[in-house]
Amino acid sequence: MQIKENTDQYDAIIVGSGAGGGMAANILANNGLKVAIVEAGGYFDPKDPKTMTQMKWPWESPRRGASTNRAFGDFDMSWGDWEVDGEPYTKKKGTDFRWWRSRMLGGRTNHWGRISLRFGPKDFKHKDVDGLGENWPISYEEVKPFYDRLDKMIGIAGTNEGLPNDPDGFFLPPPKPRLHELYYTKGARKSGIPVIPARISILTKRINKDRGVCFYCGQCNRSCNAYADFSSGSCLIFPAMKSGQIDLYTDCMVKNVTTDSEGKATGVSYINKEDMMEYEMKAKVVVLGASACSSARILLNSKSKQHPNGLGNSSDHVGRYLHDSTGSGLSGFIPALMDRKKYNEDGTGALHVYSPWWGDNKKLDFARGYHIEMWGGLGMPAYGFGGQATQMNEYIGKQVGGYGDSLREDVKRFYGSTIGIVGRGESIAMYDNRCEIDPDQVDRFGIPILRFDYKWSDQERNQAKHMVDTFEEIIHNMGGTVMGEKPGKENDFGLLAPGQIIHEVGTTRMGNDPKTSVTNKYQQLHDAKNVFIVDAGPFTSQADKNCTWTILALSMRTSEYIVDQLKKQNI
Amino acid sequence: MDRRDSLKTLLIGGIGATGLTIGVAGCKEGGQPVVDTEINKGLYGRTASEKEHDARIKANGPFFSESDLSLIAVLCDLILPATATAGSATDAEVPAFIDFIVQDLPYHQIPIQGGLMWLNGESNKRFNKIFESCTDSQQKQILDDIAFPSTEKTAQYDAGRKFFGRFRNLVLTGYYTTKMGIDDVGYVGNRANLWDGVPDDVLDKHGLSYDKSMEGKYVNHDTRNTQAEWDEKGNLIT
Repeated sequence: MQIKENTDQYDAIIVGSGAGGGMAANILANNGLKVAIVEAGGYFDPKDPKTMTQMKWPWESPRRGASTNRAFGDFDMSWGDWEVDGEPYTKKKGTDFRWWRSRMLGGRTNHWGRISLRFGPKDFKHKDVDGLGENWPISYEEVKPFYDRLDKMIGIAGTNEGLPNDPDGFFLPPPKPRLHELYYTKGARKSGIPVIPARISILTKRINKDRGVCFYCGQCNRSCNAYADFSSGSCLIFPAMKSGQIDLYTDCMVKNVTTDSEGKATGVSYINKEDMMEYEMKAKVVVLGASACSSARILLNSKSKQHPNGLGNSSDHVGRYLHDSTGSGLSGFIPALMDRKKYNEDGTGALHVYSPWWGDNKKLDFARGYHIEMWGGLGMPAYGFGGQATQMNEYIGKQVGGYGDSLREDVKRFYGSTIGIVGRGESIAMYDNRCEIDPDQVDRFGIPILRFDYKWSDQERNQAKHMVDTFEEIIHNMGGTVMGEKPGKENDFGLLAPGQIIHEVGTTRMGNDPKTSVTNKYQQLHDAKNVFIVDAGPFTSQADKNCTWTILALSMRTSEYIVDQLKKQNI
Repeated sequence: MDRRDSLKTLLIGGIGATGLTIGVAGCKEGGQPVVDTEINKGLYGRTASEKEHDARIKANGPFFSESDLSLIAVLCDLILPATATAGSATDAEVPAFIDFIVQDLPYHQIPIQGGLMWLNGESNKRFNKIFESCTDSQQKQILDDIAFPSTEKTAQYDAGRKFFGRFRNLVLTGYYTTKMGIDDVGYVGNRANLWDGVPDDVLDKHGLSYDKSMEGKYVNHDTRNTQAEWDEKGNLIT
């Protein structure tokens, strides 16, 4: 097959259009750079009625939203999930890693939970606290100005609380808690657990003329047609396209970064899914924002005479230190929430309160912490609704089972009486937890695929135990009963498989030492100074937060560094 | 057409389509969505492969035989009969949903088909008739043996019980995901509104209130369209 050359010369090629790639495109284009965005999935605009799922009713789907075609249900706005047609991945024996890939403009930002937590001072230097893992080469103080600008640029609801490791910012007013959230607040505080307004990238107030304000349909996971939630396409890429500086290549799958005889990047090679031909595109700078694992894969597949172990991989660190957030949870039945008065409590599509980490690890048998999220309320019925209806009678000492009018009454009585409480915590980044190229397999584009090798340690298992014990206590404080079996030692206390929280980070970690890190503190490859990584790959450690707000802040910082370095002709 | 031309067309097509839709799915002042239901009719945001999946099932025609569908209808209305205020499961077209879902999620097929056979077998044994031909009280006599948890005395009905649990769940889902079911259960969302907290009477009933310390900090919908501005300490000043 002849490789065709795309004759356009760009200042920068950005691979991927999620949080990292979208921010890079926005900053670079608005600084006058000629930019190509290369996205493996299709074009998507939340406003387009042809693809929109927001404000749909369950009956508009013949399967009532069941997860036959989309893992999180028909109305979830993700094209691609744990499986992507024609793009397999493998796991080493004993590994159960799940890898979510969205193949669409905006990537996973179209359906994410919008919980937007800044990292705190401790999160960048956690080795100093407990001797585990590695410190970041940057501090909170260095990232703070970018978080501050990000808050104003994209918009985030929340409150300033003056907490030491959950820093203040520039918040829009938070929405009032819903009834189950008030119950949670009371229950958690009874156990000394703090509860504060959630920090969510949803516009409760206008921030500019391009985006609407939240109209409280509770469906952020469907991607907002008013652009009132943060999605990379609607909030970063579309506004930046007005500059005329961006060429958008959708359905183009990047295979590798091309390099010259000095080992510098010259551009990328990609497969156009439309004609299944391979193309080469040139640029002064290559910015990878394909997601932590996809960017690692591209680097590992970019072998050359100058980079025999893959681009940026002279340290053998590409793909290593892969780590996801920990996750476990419980559901509870709250009798006080039976026979509820019905009113519209959709609220925003995110939670309205949350609990930041409060514990003292010196008194605990695990390092690092977790934050608590919760769900509940009078939600819109979808596939699976009613499944618990008669079973719930067990908790109030009534006859389980039945049919007819009593069944109908059960459905109404128990509607809105359950709550879910989940923890999202920090795991320790481990050298041996990694993704690597599977030597035996390629995807349908002929590109070697990833193989995962990842195991949890007792740090994470003990943390999960603490989660379920804590959640049980909160449910009891709410006057409720834990539903189902409380997970125990035999199933790792409900600890979900790595990858399942979809916060995978660390595969191209940043550091000052090129022997133990892949990028420097500007997310620039040690081995090729015109290649940058703006997804979560460079995270030295994940915090007990979510990664998106930090991906965005660091991508902003890196993108401005690129503009500066190009001006100075350093790259 | 070479790659560049085709790409340019593709891009223009994409952007053009976006521009076009702003008129029909755009935003009035205040972020209220305006969705043209005519354009959206029959669409629920499917991708090409998802449309094919739905079309394939539709082209297959019904999965169940006429007699099975007729039995399914009887069973549906025993599970959710009409009330003074709400229609029955067949009024909500639950049998058609069940016929679709077993094709969409084929793991339901054998348990449901087999369960219907079990039911007719049981009614033949007891009353020498298929279930559908039984009287209402005969039908309920059988259901009373399979609609409740297993006991030592009733363990011989476990197979029927398994079937009935699955079938009941499908009926509940099929019913409560229709407009009729949603009205019955009382879900009143999925529309543009301004969430301003739990109604006072509900707060009172539950003995709850909003934190006094949060007064003035929550969303004020009167100023939602005023551009946000902050002082240098992060206090919202608009």
